[in-house]
Amino acid sequence: MSDAAQALSIRDAAFSWEGGFGIEIAEFDLTARERVLLLGPSGGGKSTFLNLVAGITTPSRGRIEVMGTDIARLRGSRIDRFRVDSFGIIFQMFNLMPWLSAIDNVLVPLRFSKLRRGRVTDARAEAARLLGALGIDAGLHRQRAGTLSVGQQQRVAAARALIGGPGIVLADEPTSALDAANARAFLDLLGAELEAARAALLMVSHDETLAGSFDRVVRLDDIARATGSAAV
Amino acid sequence: MSLLRLALLSLWNRRLTAILTILGIALSVTLFLSVEKLRTGARDSFANTISGTDLIVGARAGDVQLLLYSVFRIGNATNNITWESYQDIAGRSEVDWIVPISLGDSHRGYRVVGTTPGFFEHYRYRRDTGLRFTDGEAFGDLFDTVVGADVARSLGYAVGDRIVVSHGTGRGTGAEHDDKPFRVAGILAKTGTPVDRAVYVGLEAIEAIHVDWQGGGRVEGLQIPAERVRNMDLTPKTVTAALVGLKSRITTFRFQRFVNEYEEEPMTAILPGVALSNLWSLVGVAERALSAVSIMVIVTALLGLVTTLLASLEERRREMAILRANGASPRTVMGLLTAESGLIALAGAVLGLAFYYILLFALQPLLDARFGLYLKVDIPGVREGAILAFIVLAGIVAGLVPAWRAYRRSLADGMSIRS
Repeated sequence: MSDAAQALSIRDAAFSWEGGFGIEIAEFDLTARERVLLLGPSGGGKSTFLNLVAGITTPSRGRIEVMGTDIARLRGSRIDRFRVDSFGIIFQMFNLMPWLSAIDNVLVPLRFSKLRRGRVTDARAEAARLLGALGIDAGLHRQRAGTLSVGQQQRVAAARALIGGPGIVLADEPTSALDAANARAFLDLLGAELEAARAALLMVSHDETLAGSFDRVVRLDDIARATGSAAV
Repeated sequence: MSLLRLALLSLWNRRLTAILTILGIALSVTLFLSVEKLRTGARDSFANTISGTDLIVGARAGDVQLLLYSVFRIGNATNNITWESYQDIAGRSEVDWIVPISLGDSHRGYRVVGTTPGFFEHYRYRRDTGLRFTDGEAFGDLFDTVVGADVARSLGYAVGDRIVVSHGTGRGTGAEHDDKPFRVAGILAKTGTPVDRAVYVGLEAIEAIHVDWQGGGRVEGLQIPAERVRNMDLTPKTVTAALVGLKSRITTFRFQRFVNEYEEEPMTAILPGVALSNLWSLVGVAERALSAVSIMVIVTALLGLVTTLLASLEERRREMAILRANGASPRTVMGLLTAESGLIALAGAVLGLAFYYILLFALQPLLDARFGLYLKVDIPGVREGAILAFIVLAGIVAGLVPAWRAYRRSLADGMSIRS
């Protein structure tokens, strides 16, 4: 995990899909250990925003600095390595390998990130600890991810994002399938682990009721505008 | 977690498809190895029918025809050579040994070969392997016979049994030499050659059973008992062919020319190896057809592998994207897919090899008994090894096709972080 005060900085970045739909981001900052909720309506460009931050798509202009590195300049395997070193990602659909056990899913990022691997002395013990801390019973650790409930899969995805202490956790509406009480409980558990890992959180959602769990709330409309005939 | 473990777990997750693909490759490998074994087995069996004989001498005929009737007992000689000519050849200084062959009779569908005990001493097959008796010995008495392994097995003969020779080579001619039965004196060990499918009697015995016959039938009113025949002059008047061993191989061509230009009667001397090669080139089209089948089998298997991998790629697109999102490089994804296809090909090749040996063990006795095709059970040769290695390599290369497609797809293609 980085100690840099600025975890993420975006200045005048733009991206367009083929067909002209895209997004222009004027300015956005995320400081280390800060928890920010990015609010926006469905189809408002939140996906594209997170894709740009994670280096999944490359901006056509502007700067996206992650812990001091301009990721727009990284190419090939360097961006893949940088992504896994710097980010833990919780996807909306969790994106677990259904045929791997819960604990093996958590261990996947360590397979590809030497940096994160170096931060844990006993990978399996750390994965088990994270799963336990996020409310997954030890009896489920070796169960195939595909057989777990939605709530359990969500927690496994969170543990996978947190293992090895990445500087920033990106979360894409991870609570969309949960009721309000369970969403709050999940965010509390996630918050505790983020605190322990000293990681920042950038979560996108359309649910304004979650705002109380974050340090800061940013509306996508205030920092970016969709371009083209339809939002992405 | 190693890439190999990931590949294995991924394969296990899609085990039904993977098992079917592996089975497809295994069956193709089995079929390929079996066809190759049949092809090489048939050729080896053929080429190893006779060895150690420098020349085969017979009446003037084509090389292949002389080889067919003298060695394979197929067809008949258009003419015989006289005993005088035979003796003349036998007396030449270049000749180390000579074994006469007299054909024309049969026993329950098997050809009867009149020869001398020298046949069992000098006949060689499969790289200088000599004939061996499993029971008994060569004929010592005029009415002794030695039977080949297949004859003994199929007709259930043992030493001491009595058999009757039929006149002519057709089945059921009805003309039996039943007044002069033979006693089985020896049974030859299996050779995988036409030797197994013949009945051997002494050259004089051929004369003995025909003393009261003329023009293919018994002489009316004449029946000479076996005991009386023993006291008669049984020197043959003709022989069908002769196997010749020379003292020095250097003299082979000179001696062949001597026979071919023999003035007393038209004769032909052939080199068995050359004649076998000529004969094989006639039937070699079957071998080439088998080769073509082998190649088509392997190509089909590999196409099946590529098709399966391409089909499974769609369902694995998300899986690959998850790995990419968690830091796997495109190269790693390529490695995973090629490792997987390599593992499938390897498993298919190994399983195919196991099936092949099971099949070979199971069918070997049947092929031997029914077709006289002796397929030796041995470890796969360099060629088979190279082809199995090629299959594994081709499996890896086949995996490169979907791997390349996965490589070229961007991370966002497989998994956009939708909100």
